[in-house]
Amino acid sequence: MKLMKAGITAAVATMLFMAPAAQAGETLDAVKARGFVQVGINGSLFGFGMPDDKGVWHGLDVDTARAVSAAVFGDPDKIKYIPLTAQTRFTALQSKEVDVLCRNATRTLSRDTELGLNFVTVNYYDGQGFLIPTKLGVKSAKELDGASVCVLPGTTTEQNVADYFRANNMKMKPVVIEENTELNQAFFSGRCDVLTSDASQLAGIRAVAPNPADYEILPQIISKEPLAPAVRHGDDQWRDIVDYSVLAMIAAEDMGITSANVDEMLKSTDPNVQRFLGVTPGNGKALGLDEKFAYNIVKMVGNYGEVFERNVGVNTKLQIKRGLNAQWKDGGLMYAPPFK
Amino acid sequence: MSQQTTQHRKYEARPPIASVGVIGWIRQNLFNSPLNSVLTIIIMAGLVQLLPPVTKWAFIDSVWFTSADVCKDTSGACWSVISQNLRFILFGFYPYDEHWRPITSVLILFGLFWLSYYRQFWSKKLLYGWLVGLVVMGVLMKGGIFGLVPVETTQWSGISLTLLLSLFGLTAAYPLGVMLALGRRSTLPAVKTLCVIYIELIRGVPLISLLFMSSVMFPLFLPEGVTIDKILRAQVAIILFTAAYIAEVVRGGLQAIPKGQYEAAEALGLEYGLKMRLIILPQALKVVIPPTVSILISAFKDTSLVIIIGLFDIMKTTKTTLANPEWMGFSTEAYIFIAILYFLGCFSMSNFSRNLEKTLKT
Repeated sequence: MKLMKAGITAAVATMLFMAPAAQAGETLDAVKARGFVQVGINGSLFGFGMPDDKGVWHGLDVDTARAVSAAVFGDPDKIKYIPLTAQTRFTALQSKEVDVLCRNATRTLSRDTELGLNFVTVNYYDGQGFLIPTKLGVKSAKELDGASVCVLPGTTTEQNVADYFRANNMKMKPVVIEENTELNQAFFSGRCDVLTSDASQLAGIRAVAPNPADYEILPQIISKEPLAPAVRHGDDQWRDIVDYSVLAMIAAEDMGITSANVDEMLKSTDPNVQRFLGVTPGNGKALGLDEKFAYNIVKMVGNYGEVFERNVGVNTKLQIKRGLNAQWKDGGLMYAPPFK
Repeated sequence: MSQQTTQHRKYEARPPIASVGVIGWIRQNLFNSPLNSVLTIIIMAGLVQLLPPVTKWAFIDSVWFTSADVCKDTSGACWSVISQNLRFILFGFYPYDEHWRPITSVLILFGLFWLSYYRQFWSKKLLYGWLVGLVVMGVLMKGGIFGLVPVETTQWSGISLTLLLSLFGLTAAYPLGVMLALGRRSTLPAVKTLCVIYIELIRGVPLISLLFMSSVMFPLFLPEGVTIDKILRAQVAIILFTAAYIAEVVRGGLQAIPKGQYEAAEALGLEYGLKMRLIILPQALKVVIPPTVSILISAFKDTSLVIIIGLFDIMKTTKTTLANPEWMGFSTEAYIFIAILYFLGCFSMSNFSRNLEKTLKT
C-alpha cells in the first residue's frame, strides 16, 4: 500500500531524473500496436486487486484498468496484469514495463513531482483508522493514551500513527509485525490494544476475527489516503485517456446510467447523456478514442457505484460503506466534470 | 538322533525375557543409563501432552473439503483452505482450462528425476531423454504451436515457477560454479582476479539485494523501450548467486586432492584441460557432493524470495489465497502444506545425493 522505503525512493528518484520524457501520443500508439494494456496491479489486496481461485483478477483497481481497456479497445479484457510490490511499482511504470499503475497508490506531492508520476482522478478515498476490542470501552481515538498499537513496519501507516499520538500528547507502544496475517493474529490474541491500518482493510480484518462482534472500528480517520491510478510524466494524451476512463464511471453513476440501462439511455433526449454516450459525437475524437468509449466502459465494466458495490461494498466481505466515496450529491467526494 | 537333538534343546538356556524382544529393545535403547532413562521419561511425557491434541486438531476435528463458512465453526484444522484453492496455489495464473499442461510438465519432470535416480539408466539415452523432455515441457508450458493456446511467461506461477527457477537455477549454476572455482585457482592473474572479485562481491550481498537490483535498478539502465522478462531477470540473479557459493565448495574439493595427483597427471603429459577433466575434477567433485547438495537445497528454498519482486511462486500464491478474508484465519494449515511440499523437495534432493555417493563409491 504505502510501503515505501526511504532509501529506495531516493535511489529511484535519482534515476528518474535521467529518464527521457515521453512523447505525447506515444503510449496510446504503443498500446494499440501491442494489442493490450500493461497494468501494474497489487496482486494480494482483496477488493482492490487480487486473483480468485481460478486465477481471474477482481477488484476496484482491476475494474479501473478494465475501464481503460474498454475505452481503448472496446474490450475490457485486453490487459496484461503485472503484479508489483510496493517497492517495484514506480520503477515498473518509469521503465515502461507498465502503461498504467492501478495499485492503490496514495497520491502525494513528492510522488507527483520527484518520482515523475501523474496521478489521475482518485478512484478510492481511503484513510487510516483504528480497530479495537469492544471490551476496551474506548469510544474515541483520543482516549488511546498509553495503548500498545499493532502496526506494519516501514509504511506511512506507522509514521501516521506516531504523528497522531504525538500531536495529541499521548504515549503509544508500537508492536511492529511484518506480515499482515501475523499482525491480525497478534491483535486477536491480545498482544496489543489497538490495530491500525487503512480503513478499507479494517472491516476485512474485523470480519475474520474469531468473534467479529467483540471488535469495533473507531470513527476517527487520522490520515488522508487518496488512492489513484498513475501514469508517467510526459504523455498528456495517455494521461487524459486514463483520467477520463475513471471519470466516465463516476459521471455515469451521476447521470443514473448503469450497465443494465445503458442501451435504453442511448435513446435519451438529455443532451448531456447523448454527448456522454457518444450519440452526439465529439468527446471520443478529442481523446483520440472511439466515440463510444464511455458507452463501452459503462456497458462492459459498469458505473462507479456498481464497481464499488461489486468489489468492496456492504455486501462483500469488506462491508465498506460509500462514505467519502459517495457521489457529491450524496455528500461524498466523487465528482466528474462535464463531458463536453 | 532326533532324540538327542530334543535333549540338547531342552538344556539350551533361553536369554532372560527382559533382554530380548520389545522389552529388550526398550531397555537397550531407551533405558540403558540413568541419563537416558530420565530423557526418555521427559520426552514421553512431552509426547503424551502434545500428540493427542495435535492429532485431534489435524485429523479428528478437522474438515477437508468444505466451504470457508463451515471452517469457522470447527475447532480442528481447516484443510479446506488447501483443497478449495489447490489449483490456484499450484498453478496460479496459468489459464484455468489449460492446467493439464503444467500438470503434464511436472509429471514428465518427476519421471525424468526418477529415472536419473537409478544407475542402470545412466546413459546417453537418458541425456537425450532430458533434452527431449525439456523441449516438450517448454512447448507445453509456452504453447503457440500444435494448436496449443500461447501462455505468456508472466502467467507461469505456483509450483511451475518454483520448479522452473530451481531446475534451471541449479543446473546452470553448477557448471558456472565449477568454472569459477577453476578460475580462482588459475595461475593467470587476470582470470584469477576477476573470479575472486566476482565470488567475493556476490557472496558479500544477500540474494534479496540481487533480486532487487535485477527488478528495480536494472530496467532503468536498459535502452528506451527494451524490457527483459521479469522471470528471466530473477532467474539470472539466482544463477549468479548460487554459482558463487558452488565455486567456493568446489575449490575446497580441488584443494583436498593431494598434490601428487596433479603431478602424476602432468607427468603423464596431460595438458590443463585433460588433466582437470580426467584426473582432478572427477575426484574433487565426488568429494564435495555433500556440501554441494546442501547449497543446492538452500538455493531451492531461496527461490521463494522472488516473492519480494512480485513473482507468484508457490509461496506467493499461498499468501495470496490467505489475503482473501474468507480464508485469512487459516494460515497455519496453508503454511503446513507448503512446508510439507518444500520438505519433500529437499528430502528427495538429499536422498538423491546419498544415493549418488553410494553409487559413485566415495
